[in-house]
Amino acid sequence: MIITIKVSKMSDFKRPDGRKNDELRPMEAKAGIIKRADGSAMFKVGNTVAYAAVYGPRELYPKFLQNPGHGILRCNYNMMPFSGSGERIRPGGNRRSKEISMVTEKALSPVLDLSEYPNAVVDVYIELPQTDAGSRCAGICAASIALADAGLPMKDLVAAISVGNLNGNLVVDLDKEEEDIEGEVADIPIAVVPSTGEITLLQMDGIVLKDELKKALEMGIKSCRKITEIQRKALKDKYKVDAKSEGE
Amino acid sequence: MEENSNHLANYLKKGLRFDNRKLEEFRKITIEYDISNNAEGSARVRFGETEVLAGVKMELGNPFPDKPGEGSIMVNSELLPMSSPEFESGPPGIDSIELARVVDRGIRESKAIDFKKLCVREGEKVWIVIIDLMSVNDAGNLLDVAALAAMAALKDAKFPKLLEKDKVDYHIKTDKKLPLDRTPVSITVYKLGDKFLVDPTNEEIKFLEGRLTVAITEEDKICAMQKGLSASFTLEEIDKAVGIAMEKSKELRKLLR
Amino acid sequence: MGELLVKEKEIVVPGEELAKGMSYLPGQGCYRKDDEVLSSKLGLVNVDGRAIKIIPLTGTYNPKRNDVIIGNVIDVSLYGWRIHTNSAYSAMLSAKDATNEFIEKGADLTQYINLGEYVAAKIIKVTSQKLIDLTMKGPGLRKLAGGRIIHVNNNKVPRIIGKQGSMISMIKDATGARIIVGQNGVAWIQGDPEGELIAINAIRMIEEQSHISGLTDRVKEYLDKACKGRPKRAREEREDDNNHQGEQNE
Repeated sequence: MIITIKVSKMSDFKRPDGRKNDELRPMEAKAGIIKRADGSAMFKVGNTVAYAAVYGPRELYPKFLQNPGHGILRCNYNMMPFSGSGERIRPGGNRRSKEISMVTEKALSPVLDLSEYPNAVVDVYIELPQTDAGSRCAGICAASIALADAGLPMKDLVAAISVGNLNGNLVVDLDKEEEDIEGEVADIPIAVVPSTGEITLLQMDGIVLKDELKKALEMGIKSCRKITEIQRKALKDKYKVDAKSEGE
Repeated sequence: MEENSNHLANYLKKGLRFDNRKLEEFRKITIEYDISNNAEGSARVRFGETEVLAGVKMELGNPFPDKPGEGSIMVNSELLPMSSPEFESGPPGIDSIELARVVDRGIRESKAIDFKKLCVREGEKVWIVIIDLMSVNDAGNLLDVAALAAMAALKDAKFPKLLEKDKVDYHIKTDKKLPLDRTPVSITVYKLGDKFLVDPTNEEIKFLEGRLTVAITEEDKICAMQKGLSASFTLEEIDKAVGIAMEKSKELRKLLR
Repeated sequence: MGELLVKEKEIVVPGEELAKGMSYLPGQGCYRKDDEVLSSKLGLVNVDGRAIKIIPLTGTYNPKRNDVIIGNVIDVSLYGWRIHTNSAYSAMLSAKDATNEFIEKGADLTQYINLGEYVAAKIIKVTSQKLIDLTMKGPGLRKLAGGRIIHVNNNKVPRIIGKQGSMISMIKDATGARIIVGQNGVAWIQGDPEGELIAINAIRMIEEQSHISGLTDRVKEYLDKACKGRPKRAREEREDDNNHQGEQNE
């Protein structure tokens, strides 16, 4: 008796939570949740929740950081001690959060026009009360909404998502379980300017082939365009009540 | 008409406040539990627009040499820069430290948690309950909001799974609730001249002269106190403030589950 | 040729497409990308002929010449006072622009206006580096004593003041309070406590409902109800407490 077993890597592949390869986790966004801030937002993707608050443009201290040509953007990313899935995270930031703060700033500045604010600073604070992978991307999504909520001039919002390679299968929006999968796995967070497709954040952990990378980035850009619809809606919903007759 | 240069005083004289409330009236209070699914316990508390998140994490540690059969608690607070233009990044400043220590004393001195029940193996391993208080929006009176959030998070807390060889699996939540013996509630009573009020907004705080934080258990026992701001209190004023705090603590305790 | 993709007074966000084609021109808050006009701000669409502009709903105050603002003293030097303007830039009020009174050189300026006190002043100059000069010489401009300072959304100030000051006058007349609303989103109100509370409630109402039609009537209705039974007080008229501000903007 001959038994033939068809082994197909692709069609047998199932994501741990059953999502399709190009399917994002459920998302939720809200603008204006921190009243003392000039702009703020909450962005939730799956079980990862990010808050962002924007203060500015405001006076910048210390003075030596001031730029007389234009305002500067300063980002601060932090995970709350109880937000992670294991042990408590000691407060006070660490090298990882410093790096994420820096790449977040680089992901957002290309869309901001701070030429009208010489010597000033726009401070963005990102705090995560709950994380399940994709936290830096959620932070960028929230920060983007918060910057628009603060009335800053931006050529577009910025959306961010992780794309990945799970043993040859390209997926978007990896959750924690997928990040921990064994084998040739890559976690690639990207941030995209939806109207132009420009990539403003690109990092990678893991192994990926050149063609896989290109395909993965294309999937990511497409996903970011979907995410930005949710960001836009969050902003419009906040001001919806304010519509109709301004300046009558 | 006699006009005081302290504008809030003119309002208080007429029983009014800057925001349509009575002197001893709190803003709208909301409490949500389990707002962070990775924490062993968590809560979000709002008084009006002031919002604080509290999270409880439990760690396995060594007992203090003089208390071999007892676990412990630690309270940490962060006045996050996202919650106010007046807070800066960096290590906790004195206001944050004071808040954490006052909340800690209320819980510790009231014996809300029986530390003996946190013992895993006498002399070797005990549970340490760590409460982190994160301010989300500062619209005044963070101290009372944080204290209530801490209690709500403790009420929500359940032990994580303890495996062999003293390893903790945080991914598995047990049904075993953190045992609480009592529920201390903290109320800060503020004073201006001979008038007392609770739950001030940021605008009102600028005009207030003195404050007294009192933590009280359901048995009407005072378990912690902290006087703040610069004015001094007479004995009668302290008595009056404590009385107000006791009355208000019953109101707040009813809101906890 | 061109196609308008949005309606007048629609809320748009940065990056949103407003028009296709070359015939529409990007005004304030918009920009052109290839053959499209996109929004660069969160706000309301305003179409004037072929020019599209965005009316901002939010954003910190941007100091402009001739604006009357309210700010507090954050520093005092030999020459004047540094004033916080509720923007990223502080302003300078020099002694010679503050009063017609003779101030001796080297005098202690805190005797005139002290740290923390509030003033109503007018911006006379803003440089490209956003250095701001103020004057307190002018109708209605002065050091503010007593009363309450509240913050409002600076984008809503024109609505709060109303055309030729009509809205704010209505509130002042009803409550008997003196009110100055700075273009920088800082307002000063002085009356009796109940009057101040009613005035502030009315101002908050305008802030929240600025775009819903019939606002003026609703504010009048609220004021009538809230002020019923209050003794009518003759309000001390200070010229130009906001009565001319409606004209200054457009």
